[in-house]
Amino acid sequence: MAIFYILLIFMIIAAIIAVETKDLLSSVICIGAIGFGASLMFLFLRAPDIAITQIVVEVLGLIILIRATISRDLTFISGDREFFGTVVSVVIIAVIFLAGMKALETKSFHEIQETRQLHPQAVALPDFGTPIYDVTPGAASQKYIQEGLEKTGAANLVASVILDFRAYDTLGEATVLFTSIIGATVILRIRSKKLLEEPE
Amino acid sequence: MRGMTVIVKTIASWVKVLIFVFGIYIILFGHLTPGGGFAGGVILASSYVLLMLAFGREFVQENLPSAAASRLDCLGAFLFAMIATLGLAFGGSFFVNYLYQKYLPGEPLHLVSAGTIPLSNIAIGLKVGASLFLVIFTLSVFCKDLRCKEPEADSEIGTSAGEKE
Amino acid sequence: MPYALCFLLFVIGLYCAVVKKNMVKIVVGIMVMEYAVNLFLIMLGYRTGGEAPIIDKSHIDPETAQVAASFISSAVDPLPQALVLTAIVISLGSLALMISICIRTYGEYGTFDITEIRRLRG
Repeated sequence: MAIFYILLIFMIIAAIIAVETKDLLSSVICIGAIGFGASLMFLFLRAPDIAITQIVVEVLGLIILIRATISRDLTFISGDREFFGTVVSVVIIAVIFLAGMKALETKSFHEIQETRQLHPQAVALPDFGTPIYDVTPGAASQKYIQEGLEKTGAANLVASVILDFRAYDTLGEATVLFTSIIGATVILRIRSKKLLEEPE
Repeated sequence: MRGMTVIVKTIASWVKVLIFVFGIYIILFGHLTPGGGFAGGVILASSYVLLMLAFGREFVQENLPSAAASRLDCLGAFLFAMIATLGLAFGGSFFVNYLYQKYLPGEPLHLVSAGTIPLSNIAIGLKVGASLFLVIFTLSVFCKDLRCKEPEADSEIGTSAGEKE
Repeated sequence: MPYALCFLLFVIGLYCAVVKKNMVKIVVGIMVMEYAVNLFLIMLGYRTGGEAPIIDKSHIDPETAQVAASFISSAVDPLPQALVLTAIVISLGSLALMISICIRTYGEYGTFDITEIRRLRG
């Protein structure tokens, strides 16, 4: 469990540096550090599929971001910072943080079972270390683990979930990726502008 | 985008084959070991990005032109939709795994198993790889100087006034 | 406690996306928020001392050819992993779209500052 805290604190420090530094190239490199830390976290959280995907997507994302920032004229943005707007934003974000702390309160597994004997419909977030399908009766993940191999024949349960049990989500993801790539290609098209300004 | 020195070019031309074969392995064994179509497709795209960074953009334009990449992208999406529609024809509902349930069960933990899952992995891997290669190629074609003036826009006023794009 | 640190990462990204004026910094803030959300979803499904949800030869019962009960009681949740897998690839597509908008705006106006872009028209 100590490794989780070490990696999370590393990611938080890298995020603070990425947010506060004035040089754009340094923020992009800190984004790379956050991505590698996330990939290590996924490996320790027993998700090897996600760790492979996160590493390779991180590398390509770094190439795209550096392409955008390294050859531009890096002017440091200065000037008056609109003091009132910044203070209001920070206050609202602090309120969101406190609300999130209250919403993410966790209860241990025994407390949830005791409460469930009195009120059968009670829900609570379990402690870190108990998966969430242990406290919700009738969860879908129970069926996926028990019947995954005999209903689909795939040994990788995550592949059987994304391509057999929940294949509609994969269809939606393919559509979203298709659309965003078409959008990026259309925006970066070079066409002559004098054509549009010419009177007919 | 210009290329790099001779050392980088030599090593890149050996390593890109390994990366490509590794990507194909991750896609093909996606139903047995961790990986799957998405990670394998991104690895395939990154082998071509290595080629583009080491040799320059014109070399890759001859090797895999962007028109061919966009056609591969559409082919991958079309294959995925076709596998799903054949499920409607053979099985009864849209995405049903007809190969596993009726025709070709195979044995678990072998390469030929799990029905349409490896075929869907191949279609998704093709689509994701071609898409990401296309977007990085387009980003490098766009001129990278400061203010992008359109090339020869002033001399074409008279000739291109009546043309549609 | 790990959930609290993950939410702190999300709030740092939210602060960067709301307060900063440089367009690339806003993109960086959105990326930090995406990393935090993916991490939170995977942390929901973790079991202490669990195993990855991949069936090996050693997990299959030799007599009945079904999955052994020890695997069922010690596997981590495969459902959040399936959702996060597509989310990671979609975040790469949306990053490409955001960066292409930034590059195009830099080509038109010559700056990454969003307050100046509001004042120059045409």
